[in-house]
Amino acid sequence: MAAKEAYNKSEMLICSAARQMEDGAICFIGTGIPMLAAALAKRTHAPRLVAAFEFGGMGPDLERLPVAVGDSRTFHRAPVAGSICDLMEAAARGMVEYGFLGGAQIDMFGNLNATVIGDHDKPKVRFPGSGGANDIGSLCWRTIAVMRHGKQRFVPRLDFLTTAGYLTGPGARERAGLAPGAGPFRVVTDLAILGYEPASCRMQVLKLQPGATLEAVRAETGFELLVAADLADNPPPTAEELRLLREEIDPEHLYT
Amino acid sequence: MAELKSGRGPLIRMLPPDEVRAWMRANKPKGQVSKLMTEREAIAKFVRPEQYVGVELYGGVRCPMSLVRELVRQRIGPLDLAGQGVLENDMLIAAGLVRRLDITYHGYEVYGTSPILRRACESGKVQTVEWSNAALAWRFKAAAMGLPFLPVRSMLGTGTFDYSGAKEILCPFTGVKLCAIPALHLDVGLIHVHRADEFGNCQIDGITGFAAEMARASKRLIVSAEEIVPHLEIQKAPDRTLIPYFIVDAVVHAPGGSLPGEMPYLYWRDDAHIKAYMEAVQTEEGAQRYLQEWVHGTRDHTDFVKKLGGEKRLAELRAEATTR
Repeated sequence: MAAKEAYNKSEMLICSAARQMEDGAICFIGTGIPMLAAALAKRTHAPRLVAAFEFGGMGPDLERLPVAVGDSRTFHRAPVAGSICDLMEAAARGMVEYGFLGGAQIDMFGNLNATVIGDHDKPKVRFPGSGGANDIGSLCWRTIAVMRHGKQRFVPRLDFLTTAGYLTGPGARERAGLAPGAGPFRVVTDLAILGYEPASCRMQVLKLQPGATLEAVRAETGFELLVAADLADNPPPTAEELRLLREEIDPEHLYT
Repeated sequence: MAELKSGRGPLIRMLPPDEVRAWMRANKPKGQVSKLMTEREAIAKFVRPEQYVGVELYGGVRCPMSLVRELVRQRIGPLDLAGQGVLENDMLIAAGLVRRLDITYHGYEVYGTSPILRRACESGKVQTVEWSNAALAWRFKAAAMGLPFLPVRSMLGTGTFDYSGAKEILCPFTGVKLCAIPALHLDVGLIHVHRADEFGNCQIDGITGFAAEMARASKRLIVSAEEIVPHLEIQKAPDRTLIPYFIVDAVVHAPGGSLPGEMPYLYWRDDAHIKAYMEAVQTEEGAQRYLQEWVHGTRDHTDFVKKLGGEKRLAELRAEATTR
């Protein structure tokens, strides 16, 4: 059960992202919402989730929330404190099922921009850059993007393609030299849960977030969206999810 | 088959491995001799303008901040820089010492983008060449292996590739397209470790980031250590020597050397100081004021730690350290 409107957008994103995490899977986690989502998933449906952090931490208890992908909480009581090569090479060998990504822009094929707005050499806005995102998008089996919905983020054309989604469509990843059978899987936003239509590799709406309508999702998306035949509603955060988030995972409200 | 592509570069650094081999033979200390010196001595001895420098780990974690601050004090530049940066690269750029950057990630993670990087790039003052995290680590690995490049499966098909110095190649065995990333040799590498002996045998606790690879890719390697231990301690656990003495050129004793960043198991990051830093650097004037007060305004690392609150502040941060 859930109290109506008794949660904010960040909390909804975190709970929705957590539900995408599969028990027992190895999952690359980035800073921010994915960390909270992993901590929540481990306390709910996925206690055996292995959170992997690109600088070497693998499988921490996530008792305390990391503030950086390389900080000591990413390997607290973990079976492995390795290295960046260790973890990225494990992903290259096909060991890492999921990778969580964010970005400033996403297009209909799930390609992501985290580098610049405007011209690369004299950018209007310089973002931090790929970091591990390009590797995660290249090497994991399935990637899940978590971001806020908005026309300036869901764009017809990226200013810069930092991380590979399906590139230009079916077969494009393989033609580029990336390993077959991998690519974007889900996009979690404050308005919807989206996936990709297998034949065209184009983004499609799978579920609507509480209170959101298809019209609202379309109005906030800068490209044509496909819609799943069995469009469903994503249940709101439960009281227990919110309690865990507020009282155990992020009691200092660093993120929410 | 489509034509094979090349990133547009520029390739800031590409040393022929055979040249580096000869240089290593002629210049690296092969005997176990004491390399203990201060930050001031190590930076003055090994870093020169126009060189290519790199730091490890990254951001606010096990970062060689006492060495970076000394580099800023001595104002050695312009430099080319690899990385990964939150505090260390940020500070070097703020000090105006960096002209080109092989960038992978430079930001404050949850706290957002770096105003220092933004000003440097958006004004065109610092030139960036794009790489992924693993690509930079693997470039160090290629150098560590004595190879001119390694084939990998990151970056393919993306703008990150187009704006890098990588090249597509075909695998001679399987025919698949691969991304060839060039070896990255540093003129000087800076690494902070938990403990070292006077010869430079180093141990790291917790994740090792890309220390093993970067150490071996550095022509000159300056190591700072929380603790200098007797050689016998190293001999008791030689399997823990991640960085062996013969690749180390200087050993600096720097307790609290990662501050205001954290040192796994020893002390947590000084969040209050990092927040004050991030507020200060919102403007160019604020960034310069920070450097004036906290870097140029402190004589050396000991003086910096004293200004931060000395033993009292260190004790607080030790109490917050992640436990085992």
